[in-house]
Amino acid sequence: MSASTKITMATAWLDGCSGCHMSFLDLDERLITLAEKVDIVYSPIVDTKELPEGVDVGILEGAVSNEEDLEKAKLFRSRCKYLISLGDCAVTGNVPTMRNTFDLDEVYDRAFVENVQCQPQRPTEEVPPLLETVRPIHHVVPVDLVVQGCPPSADTIWYVLTELMAGRTPCPTEVTRFGA
Amino acid sequence: MPRYPAPPNAPAKVRVVTLRIDGQDIGAREDESVLDVAAEHDIRIPTLCYLDGLSTWGGCRMCMVEIAGSPKLLPACSTQVAEGMEITTNSDKLKNYRRMILELLFAERNHVCSVCVSNGHCDLQDLAVECGMDFVRVPYRNAPYEIDSSHDLFRVDHNRCVLCTRCVRVCDEIEGAHTWDIMGRGVECQVITDLNTPWGESDSCTGCGKCVQVCPTGALVKKGTAAGEMEKRDDFLPYLTQMRGNR
Repeated sequence: MSASTKITMATAWLDGCSGCHMSFLDLDERLITLAEKVDIVYSPIVDTKELPEGVDVGILEGAVSNEEDLEKAKLFRSRCKYLISLGDCAVTGNVPTMRNTFDLDEVYDRAFVENVQCQPQRPTEEVPPLLETVRPIHHVVPVDLVVQGCPPSADTIWYVLTELMAGRTPCPTEVTRFGA
Repeated sequence: MPRYPAPPNAPAKVRVVTLRIDGQDIGAREDESVLDVAAEHDIRIPTLCYLDGLSTWGGCRMCMVEIAGSPKLLPACSTQVAEGMEITTNSDKLKNYRRMILELLFAERNHVCSVCVSNGHCDLQDLAVECGMDFVRVPYRNAPYEIDSSHDLFRVDHNRCVLCTRCVRVCDEIEGAHTWDIMGRGVECQVITDLNTPWGESDSCTGCGKCVQVCPTGALVKKGTAAGEMEKRDDFLPYLTQMRGNR
């Protein structure tokens, strides 16, 4: 099969622990089968620096917590034909939302002042500013499919991808749930 | 008057009524609830606040059904069957409302399933799966709720509470202590021990743990449990109720 006929796929992690990507790598030998049909054109696990236009499937892990997450979610939505929220952080906000019950100043001070011994100070550059509220991805851009789980198992991810490759709409609730 | 209405005592002679549930012809005692009759015929109606062995509360609205001729949806747990009833338990309208109820429950407080001690053993989680609630469309409230760890054995985490009042009912009706009650309105509503004193300082709590066992979520839990470790047993209830002969 030539590269041009392959399905293109892009992945990114926003505010998450990377566990969903680890679960993706847990596909193990199935990754080889996947690579025969799918080109991963952008991802933390490949070297491309820019998300190309017109990607077939975009997969986002993690919640939307800072300005960079928000931009990336919007970019994925605009450049991916089919967008998947992968894992509880992307679908519900999950653990990152636990800071939502605190004032943003308290969160910054806790991370960059209270628990720091050397030069405690808030970042003014390089680190993207936090948003007031952590939100799931579908609360900032429309999403085509949600896949729950913390993380979704490799079998769940394989089920979703193979169903999509077969031209069917997967039903993730049959194989996973919140907190799975 | 009891605080929560006790199930009506069965009269000496009970008539049998005929009705239809989801197109199935059914005969039932007239003193039974729609939920009981449906269960006897293996027709599943989702429930959350209802628990066999406790009085009926009818607060969660998960068991709402359509009854022909009634403009309102009615809770199956607290609606008695009647002659000629035509009941629908699983229409698109009902599915939509059940999903919405679950979304509102998940959005109101902070149910972070992945780190909850009841992960994998939670009625709310199971209902989300059963009713196909795969994501919450409304904004999350993100309001802080307290966690009271003052009791030697147990903990109450109001972030996970769905206000089903199972703890209130089991403590009052089965244990006879009435340590638990409800305080406040709307989003301020919460379960309290005694007159809103910390659980550990409660004079009336016997430490029996029945409230923990009947709690459907990770709101009332045993201390010392990590994520996913809190498994509950509420199967003692119908047995206790039966052995006491509904006294």
